[in-house]
Amino acid sequence: MSSELLSLFWDSFVETLIMVGIAGGIATAVGIPLGLILSITAPGNVLERPLLNRTLGLVVNAVRSTPFIILMVAIIPLTRLITGTSIGTAAAVVPLAIAAIPFVGRLIEGALREVDAGLVEAAQAMGATPLQVVRKVLVPEALPGIINGLTIMLVNLIGFSAMAGAVGGGGLGDLGIRYGYQRFMPEVMAMVVLILIVVVQLVQTFGDVVASRVDHR
Amino acid sequence: MIQLQGITKFYAGSAGRVEALSGIDLKIDPGEIFGIIGRSGAGKSTLIRCINLLERPSEGHVLVAGRDLTVLDAAALRAARHEIGMIFQHFNLLSSRTVFDNVALPLELIGMTRSAIEERVTPLLDLVGLGDHRGRYPAQLSGGQKQRVGIARALASQPKVLLCDEATSALDPETTRSILALLRDINRRLGLTVVVITHEMQVIKDLCDRVAVLDGGRIIEQGDVFSVFTQPQMALTQTLIRDVIGHETPPGLLERLSQPHLADGAALRRLFFSGQSTDAPLISELSRRFSVDINILHGQIDEIRGRPFGSLLVLAKGEAAQLEAAWAWLAERDVRVEVAHVQ
Ligand SMILES: Nc1ncnc2c1ncn2[C@@H]1O[C@H](COP(=O)(O)OP(=O)(O)O)[C@@H](O)[C@H]1O
Ligand SMILES: [Mg+2]
Repeated sequence: MSSELLSLFWDSFVETLIMVGIAGGIATAVGIPLGLILSITAPGNVLERPLLNRTLGLVVNAVRSTPFIILMVAIIPLTRLITGTSIGTAAAVVPLAIAAIPFVGRLIEGALREVDAGLVEAAQAMGATPLQVVRKVLVPEALPGIINGLTIMLVNLIGFSAMAGAVGGGGLGDLGIRYGYQRFMPEVMAMVVLILIVVVQLVQTFGDVVASRVDHR
Repeated sequence: MIQLQGITKFYAGSAGRVEALSGIDLKIDPGEIFGIIGRSGAGKSTLIRCINLLERPSEGHVLVAGRDLTVLDAAALRAARHEIGMIFQHFNLLSSRTVFDNVALPLELIGMTRSAIEERVTPLLDLVGLGDHRGRYPAQLSGGQKQRVGIARALASQPKVLLCDEATSALDPETTRSILALLRDINRRLGLTVVVITHEMQVIKDLCDRVAVLDGGRIIEQGDVFSVFTQPQMALTQTLIRDVIGHETPPGLLERLSQPHLADGAALRRLFFSGQSTDAPLISELSRRFSVDINILHGQIDEIRGRPFGSLLVLAKGEAAQLEAAWAWLAERDVRVEVAHVQ
């Protein structure tokens, strides 16, 4: 393999890391609170707010049902507003993050739903405030599920980042398409797939280890 | 200590309104262990959850330590709940926290410092016999140990009242006995008022001072445990009691009794004891005094709070006059004598 190709691989790898890392970071930072709000405002939960819950749910579903490739194009004005450009790695981060946020929200909501209602009730019987219920009971008890959810989100982002080539985002997927497919270099394609398999495997294993480390059930 | 006034609770069910509780009036005194028994669906859980307002009654007032909880705002209610501990059938311990941290939780909620928490929790863990398990997680404990953690946690904020919702129903009989003994011990040592919900008469008998029988959301009978056990008024109460103390005559015995040769000159009687009378050697004294032969066929003597009670099925042989005098002599000693029938 030529050194030129090697540095292409390296650059693409770094681009993928940047896209997945930053989008994943944003999705975690926004998606966890979103999931919490979705969960605790649901009917029968500690901070029941039916209207807010239904509105948020609608928005989340709308974003989640938009195909990623369309979402990317549709939010170009927003992307330009945030990053100053509509192409490049930074520009690809915006749609990736926006697609991942509601996904994380639903995964977190699901993880919180798994927490036994009896635990919330026990905390309320002790005189816990809704915020204390969230901090002391819901989040710690759902932590293994939350970590599983974040792992799933990262693995999905790695896949979705391959599509970011469409807005000139670069990354390993883009490299595979441009060289492996358009320039008939199947060994590049094979290498890209192999690297992605290894990366996904590493992320999943790391996620599983952390989740089982915090799981005392 | 606890006063329930006209508590009614409706649930909006799919098939219209369900009235889980109807007009419950109840007064529970400071320092007593009060039991509420009933069959499944009677409204027991709803009732005990109304005491700390986990369930808000549709009508009526809940007074704990003289304060009406139903009129408090959210913050005042949370403060009031610090004075009411609760333990649950399924323990409801946080799996993410160690034994120590589970017990520390109610103290963290009121912002107690770590060192003050340490000082409070350590003796509590010793009290419930889990001093050596403080660093374990609930998943590593047996059911009985989990309930002990639940008890320690409920006591952490030094409540005046302890609510127990089917606290032993998930435990085997031996563990149940040890948990009941612990609850009694705590009640005595701390002067805590304890409210116990159960469907098992055994729990009432072993633990409680007074009992109320709940059926269809109403209290159908109440009183001190000894008199409810010795003189149950309602059919349901009698059924519940029969599960604990077998008045049923074994079928084999019934068959033998129905044979003709037993009948002549013999009287079949059931003797009911309650209170001190079982301590005196009444039966042997009876035989000597009245020259009657007493054959004890079946029976059981039990004890509530150290007071024995129970019944014996006896076959007595002797002259009619002697027998009559013997029964009168027993009645004078507070032993109720009933003619027993073999059908
Ligand atoms: N959250 C609820 N919604 C509707 N009905 C309920 C609810 N909780 C209890 N009930 C009904 O109230 C009645 C009493 O229930 P419960 O207090 O749990 O009885 P117990 O604890 O004695 O078994 C039952 O008929 C039950 O179906
Ligand atoms: Mg119940």
